[in-house]
Amino acid sequence: MENLHSLTAHELKELMASSPVEPSKILGDVLKRVDALDGKIRAFALVNRDGARKACASAKGGGRLSGIPVLMKDNICVAGEETTCASRILKGFKPPYDATVTRKLKEDGAVLIGKANMDEFAFGSSCETSCYGATRNPWDLDRIPGGSSGGSAAAVAADETIVALGSDTGGSIRQPAALCGVVGMKPTYGRVSRYGLIAFASSLDQIGPITKDVKDASLLLGVIAGHDEMDSTSVDLPVPDYTKSLTKDIKGVRVGVPKEYFVKGIDREVEDSVKKAIGVLKDLGAEVIDISLPHTGYAVSTYYIIGPAEASSNLARFDGVQYGLRDSTAKDIIGMYTRTRSEGFGDEAKRRILLGTYCLSAGYYDAYYLKALKVRTKIREDFDNAFKSCDCIVTPTSPTPAFRIGEKTDDPIAMYLSDVYTIPANLAGLPAMSIPCGFSSGGLPVGLQIMAKPFDEEMIFRVAYAFEQSTDFHKKRPRL
Amino acid sequence: MSTIDKDTVKHVAMLSRLALDDSEIAAYSRQLASILTYISKLNELDTKDTPPTSHALRTLKNVFRKDSTKPSLSVEEALKNAPAKEGGFFKVPQVIEGK
Amino acid sequence: MEKSAKPPRKGSAKPTRKGTNYETVIGLEVHLQLKTNSKVFCGCATTFGKAPNSQTCPVCLGFPGSLPVLNEAAFLLAVKVALALNCKIQDLIKFDRKNYYYPDLPKNFQISQYDMPLSYDGFIDIGSESSFSRKRIRIKRVHLEEDAGKLIHPPEGGCSLVDFNRTGIPLLEIVTEPDINSPQEAYDYLTRLKSILEYLRVSDCDMEKGSLRCDANISVRPAGDNALGTKVELKNMNTFKGVRLGLEYEVKRQVSLVSDGERIVQETRLWDADKSVTISMRSKEEAKDYRYFPEPDLVPFVVDKSVVEKIKSGLPELPEAKAKRFIKDFGLSEYDAGVITGQIDIADYFEECARSHGNRKTIANWIMGDIMAYLNTKNMPITAFGLAPAALVSLLKMIDSGSISGKMAKDVLAEAIETKAKPEDIVARKGLAQISDSGKLEEAVKAVLARNEKSVNDYKSGKKNALAFLVGQIMKETKGAANPVMVNEILKRNLGE
Repeated sequence: MENLHSLTAHELKELMASSPVEPSKILGDVLKRVDALDGKIRAFALVNRDGARKACASAKGGGRLSGIPVLMKDNICVAGEETTCASRILKGFKPPYDATVTRKLKEDGAVLIGKANMDEFAFGSSCETSCYGATRNPWDLDRIPGGSSGGSAAAVAADETIVALGSDTGGSIRQPAALCGVVGMKPTYGRVSRYGLIAFASSLDQIGPITKDVKDASLLLGVIAGHDEMDSTSVDLPVPDYTKSLTKDIKGVRVGVPKEYFVKGIDREVEDSVKKAIGVLKDLGAEVIDISLPHTGYAVSTYYIIGPAEASSNLARFDGVQYGLRDSTAKDIIGMYTRTRSEGFGDEAKRRILLGTYCLSAGYYDAYYLKALKVRTKIREDFDNAFKSCDCIVTPTSPTPAFRIGEKTDDPIAMYLSDVYTIPANLAGLPAMSIPCGFSSGGLPVGLQIMAKPFDEEMIFRVAYAFEQSTDFHKKRPRL
Repeated sequence: MSTIDKDTVKHVAMLSRLALDDSEIAAYSRQLASILTYISKLNELDTKDTPPTSHALRTLKNVFRKDSTKPSLSVEEALKNAPAKEGGFFKVPQVIEGK
Repeated sequence: MEKSAKPPRKGSAKPTRKGTNYETVIGLEVHLQLKTNSKVFCGCATTFGKAPNSQTCPVCLGFPGSLPVLNEAAFLLAVKVALALNCKIQDLIKFDRKNYYYPDLPKNFQISQYDMPLSYDGFIDIGSESSFSRKRIRIKRVHLEEDAGKLIHPPEGGCSLVDFNRTGIPLLEIVTEPDINSPQEAYDYLTRLKSILEYLRVSDCDMEKGSLRCDANISVRPAGDNALGTKVELKNMNTFKGVRLGLEYEVKRQVSLVSDGERIVQETRLWDADKSVTISMRSKEEAKDYRYFPEPDLVPFVVDKSVVEKIKSGLPELPEAKAKRFIKDFGLSEYDAGVITGQIDIADYFEECARSHGNRKTIANWIMGDIMAYLNTKNMPITAFGLAPAALVSLLKMIDSGSISGKMAKDVLAEAIETKAKPEDIVARKGLAQISDSGKLEEAVKAVLARNEKSVNDYKSGKKNALAFLVGQIMKETKGAANPVMVNEILKRNLGE
């Protein structure tokens, strides 16, 4: 068998079961692909060949993903492996412990092949703020793959890995998935443990799967989800077998379409693709309902207070004392702190730290942070109301297809507005998925976002799979 | 239009232990001002009687662990990434005591 | 300025050159390490004195990606303390991040509590009930937080060293309202607080080991004024006595400045126990802006009313209640009861003795006198004391029955502690039994009187101190074993009185 790298995890599992295909053969094909392409794409921050080969040798075969190559975003701790969040300030840091999701994947027999490039500390929507340099969109190497899980999404799109994990705080899994034409899911807040995920915004972060199709996402989520006693915010609910939701039957499912997501600013071709996709759902028997999420327009502002505020506190620990970069020229402790952090953090990281610190500082807390927490309640209430009349909500994932490298780097607000459709699900803690639903006239992927009630990932898988199987967008690959 | 003056940026930079030169202070002042202007959109909303949401999981309360000990890291593991260490301690520039 | 009309509280008003009395206003902040097996947010052990950084993990080291999970025992101990201090338990409890940079703080924020702390509005009463110094010190709040690490500064300089073993040990912060008006009251408050905490068995309460720490806020104002003066934060007082001395110095310093018309600078000062002065810390580069916000990695906590009731009713008898009971059941004086119940182990020791020996006053005297003196010189707790309550009781019974004198008993006590032998056995072995045989004593008295005619005549002619001489001779005759009470009686009879 050749070109095993182009298959999905479930196809490879079938192959491994039915014919003598070894995990090492799969890994070999994938690594060949990485060597051939990653010079151009730069999806990887680190390739761990030795570790991967060892994992192949001991892959027992029983797990859902055993023998399958998995790429981890570089903000997820893998014991003994350099984990840097694509930041100079963590260069050389090797955590002495595995993230819970890492441990679960290892126990399942998955083959971890390395770390994916990302925006520094997950601050970004384009993967341009990485200290390793920007990742390219496999569909057009002059364009961004989206961010912050740009490396994970690009690698999956380019068959440089079979599946990947990303993290999503304001859309960082879904938006790059949409821009790269792959499947990306943010689970309900609390569904997957955050222990070992280097935090950006603790009340918004979630780890989730980035895959070539919906079935792979259902397998991967099944492995990483579940209660974790090391994470106080992880929920003690049983993990269903998500593959059972892949029925293709969505007759009578009520699909809500919020009018606020189709206003000025959305690319015409994106709008068309998404509206066509909604038409497909209708044809499949779903009931399409117009709904309103009135506070949608305030989501970005709310997010850009809460996110940076929590981030400014989460990033305070990067100070040169225990790990990572240290400026050794400083004679006193404050000098060591300020010089280390000024050298180690990139521009966007500094901007968010300053913004977050300002919003929390004396005299401004009520006007900014507290205000944002209150608007967050209103945004959540919008969804509570909407879900009274629908089972899921469908929207575009990104207002535009992939933009050019450098196009928005001078305009922070323009960059922030890339997340306008994905942010609300993080603020409300809802599960949400992006699946490919079309292409622009320039051949760039367009994504459809499906949101559901808390812990109703099954609804999302059901609707997504039904759509996917009645189209062939998921079968398309970039020409590389 | 929100403004944020250079002294405020300097102060916030110090609170976050960032050293900024003059051109950076000027640049961040401008950028933060425009971000804050955008953010101040929230003032359009009346939230006087709205409770804040700090946690997405509204009903989750009382998550505890039992008071039993677990093995710690070895000293070597704890110090493995330390930029400077001595005799089992993390080493830093001399600190004049007092918080 | 007028002199205040009411009598000045002890130690607070200070007449000045300008004739103004000043009132001292003090608030105390105590940090207490709770005695749990594991740390407050992780499973590392809490043992004191281990090799540096040998009791750490990704959580208490604040490694990237680590998350806190609250220790249930620490939480319940905190509720226990709050209830013992008469506090109200908050309906919805949450934790907050206190953000500041310091090398002993791994995350550069401390998980603490800000606006919805565990408990609030409590109090401790100091001074005994009937005394003039009886006073209620209100407790503003008791909340739970994590301890920081330890910084060590090698004498040769050039660097500082950090040990994170202490990071994450559960810490209770107990804050008073500014109700304390003298350094002595501060001392009394701390003594009473420590006593209660020891009764609850929640902490070692050892200032030397750092399991109990105290900072103070102190200001002065003209007596009778309502507005508070500028307050100074005082740190680095490492004993209760140090707290009192530090505050005494600060009162003097502030009053002296204010009465000269000078301003008090709002600052933090450190007590230097060697030089006996307070010194200003280096000027801070910024006012403290901790940017508190709710800790997103911890969920809120609710203590069910039934759980509060259960903990409340399960509280042990506390010092004041025990003292009241000792006064009522054992007839102790208020003073004696106060001393005995000051420490739980001493109270327990006393009570065990008192249950099998009716002369409680004697028991109390022996404990407050010889025994506590011995324990203090040996720096020993009564739980390590070599004489069990039963042994003390048998010793006291021998005194009461007259078989040994009080003086002899002190020697027997010393030997019993040393050798752990039973007091009866020591007495028998040494032949220390007091002579209480009236026949033998009669003989001795008569013999002495016969040999000392001059003294007898002196006494009969009015020289009262001749009696003491005669008693001394009788004691010498009996090798100190004569029962002094009986000797006195027999002697007087023989002298014709």
